[in-house]
Amino acid sequence: MAKAKTLGMMGDFAVAEAAKLCNPDVIAAYPITPQTIIVERLSEFVAEGELDCEYICVESEHSAMSACFGASAAGARVFTASASQGLALMVEIVYIVASARFPVVMAIADRALSGPINIHCDHSDAMLARDSGWIMLFTEDCQEAYDTTIQSFKIAEDKRVSLPVMPCLDGFVLTHSIEPVTTLPIDDEETLDGFLPIRDPLYKLDIEAPIAQGLLALPEFFMEIKRGQQEAHLKSIDVIKDVIQDFGDRWGRYYPVVEPYRMDDAEVAVITIGSATGTARVAVDVLREEGKKVGLVKLRCFRPFPEKDLQAALKNVQAIGVCDRAISFGATGPAYADVAGALYGRGPLLKNFIIGLGGKDITIDTFRTIYDKLYADLAKGEVEERVEWIGIRE
Amino acid sequence: MADYPTKLADLPKEERSVSSGHRLCTGCAAGTIARLIGKAVPDKPLMWVNATCCMEVATTIYPFAAWHIPWIHNAFENAAATASGVRAGLDVLMRKGRIPQQDTEIIAIGGDGGTYDIGIQAISGAIERGHDFVYVCYDNEAYMNTGIQRSGATMHAAWTTTSPAGKAVLGKKEFKKPLLRIVAAHGLEYCATASVSHPLDFVRKVKRAVDVKGPAFVHVIQPCLRGWRFDTSESFQVARLAVESRFFPLYEVYHGYKYVLNYPNPALSKVPVEDYLKNQGRLRHLFRPEKNQEIIDVIQGHVDLEWEKLLELAEFSEKSAIY
Repeated sequence: MAKAKTLGMMGDFAVAEAAKLCNPDVIAAYPITPQTIIVERLSEFVAEGELDCEYICVESEHSAMSACFGASAAGARVFTASASQGLALMVEIVYIVASARFPVVMAIADRALSGPINIHCDHSDAMLARDSGWIMLFTEDCQEAYDTTIQSFKIAEDKRVSLPVMPCLDGFVLTHSIEPVTTLPIDDEETLDGFLPIRDPLYKLDIEAPIAQGLLALPEFFMEIKRGQQEAHLKSIDVIKDVIQDFGDRWGRYYPVVEPYRMDDAEVAVITIGSATGTARVAVDVLREEGKKVGLVKLRCFRPFPEKDLQAALKNVQAIGVCDRAISFGATGPAYADVAGALYGRGPLLKNFIIGLGGKDITIDTFRTIYDKLYADLAKGEVEERVEWIGIRE
Repeated sequence: MADYPTKLADLPKEERSVSSGHRLCTGCAAGTIARLIGKAVPDKPLMWVNATCCMEVATTIYPFAAWHIPWIHNAFENAAATASGVRAGLDVLMRKGRIPQQDTEIIAIGGDGGTYDIGIQAISGAIERGHDFVYVCYDNEAYMNTGIQRSGATMHAAWTTTSPAGKAVLGKKEFKKPLLRIVAAHGLEYCATASVSHPLDFVRKVKRAVDVKGPAFVHVIQPCLRGWRFDTSESFQVARLAVESRFFPLYEVYHGYKYVLNYPNPALSKVPVEDYLKNQGRLRHLFRPEKNQEIIDVIQGHVDLEWEKLLELAEFSEKSAIY
């Protein structure tokens, strides 16, 4: 019997270890900070003979996603990783892969988009691909990044889903931070003890059964195809939950699509995405010590948007602050808009906080400020300033 | 050495690639190119990666597809990168015993826009990586799918909708990019130019390209009746004149180094480029209201220069002891 090992790992290493465990057949690799270590590490596995795959050093991220498309069409299990400008460059094909329903897995080491150029974390890169049709899972720590990468293949290849999945981990905060990561104790590496069988594609490029893929769809059919993608997304939430349950039952770690923290009697709640959640948990504990009834909701699954789970988690609070590490200029943060849509007509005060753009520090004080502002609005009974930027020079 | 057909009647009767019922223009030779590629390799499993182009939109309008073989389209600029992925996928799945062992050939095909311009990075990358596939550029010297805009392949002085022939500017100012020399510079085992007017030569070159283990490239000229403004019956005659006037000589390059000239025969007397230009509507402003000898001479000068360069390269490789 194999045994789980707990090792110190950077987030990028954790993702590479997890991807390796899933036996991808083809990896398309192109360097970009802070993702580079993922593909570097995978190239070492290939060089050492520990991973049998075709490792393609493409000449751009656009070609990375294009090669993923081709390899997935051939029936292979495919992995790549990107960030920031890389994701921006490939986004044309990111949409096409989703429309083709190819179960590609791409880890995103979230990093700000230029300009100005910046290598540090925010979620503007992932949000650029928000409407592309990929399933998007954000992670809080390196262990979750490891586990989510493995879950991503299982979700993507489930025939009820057949959609690409983007496990996201915060650039530098996770990618370059060493944390203890417990690996899976796997005996049968070919199928991960039955959790992840060898890919069995719905359709593939097959000499014996030729089909054409990537056809031109004009107005008679285009909207129907888009509706199909939407149906697949809406249905995928149940599969995602099943996979989370199965994974947890096997290995003891559960990651709900929406995770409430100290929400039972909370009056005021904050919603976070990604690594800021860890800091927010500490802030909640500190404020609870001070007698404030504050809670936290971690939004792990961003696409499909877990509307019902969010409604349930937030049903008793009076004021909510949605923290976005991205901004849709001229409007609000993207998560705020989705949460507002989910809670429309349900009552609580709702406020948007823009935090941590381009790697701006998110500290316990950041959340203290956020909770204070929510309490102040609650006392007034209304939200005066709907979108507030926290921690910037005035 | 492979057997090459010596007459059209030797080609297989069976259609292997595109079928009838596609929606290419009447008289368009792009369909002929696709058919000839299929007929060139009757004995090998074939997969087809199509860039966005006329051939793509005219043969696969959902829910119909006019292809007998596994066919896939991704986007405009990335047929070569997509083919890289297909190749890698097939190779690894065969190695792992998950699909049958087959000597599958991958054809990636794009127009001149998708090759000379927006696709050249992906093509260069795929050739540099050595993926085993054949890239075919069917060159009709403009973005025909979007309605005749100039590309890096458009010839000097040609009218297009983004290089109009006006009072101040007479069509495209620049010259045709030397695509095959750029491709050859990668040092790949085989690349060649071809023309729809020389179908057996084209078939031989496709066959030769397919036999290469690694990337190979065939650049085929395909006069476009809509964009070049000639009659639906004239595609092949115009292509023949492109070759005979030395405007588009047919040649092969082995290992990026050894140049072999096929057509036209240098011993034959020169066909003036004017003969090629004069029946094309896109060049009408060179002949009407009055003849613009100056520009015709510039084009002839350029053709002569390129021809000399090609003869020199061919002569140099002939003398060279390396191959």
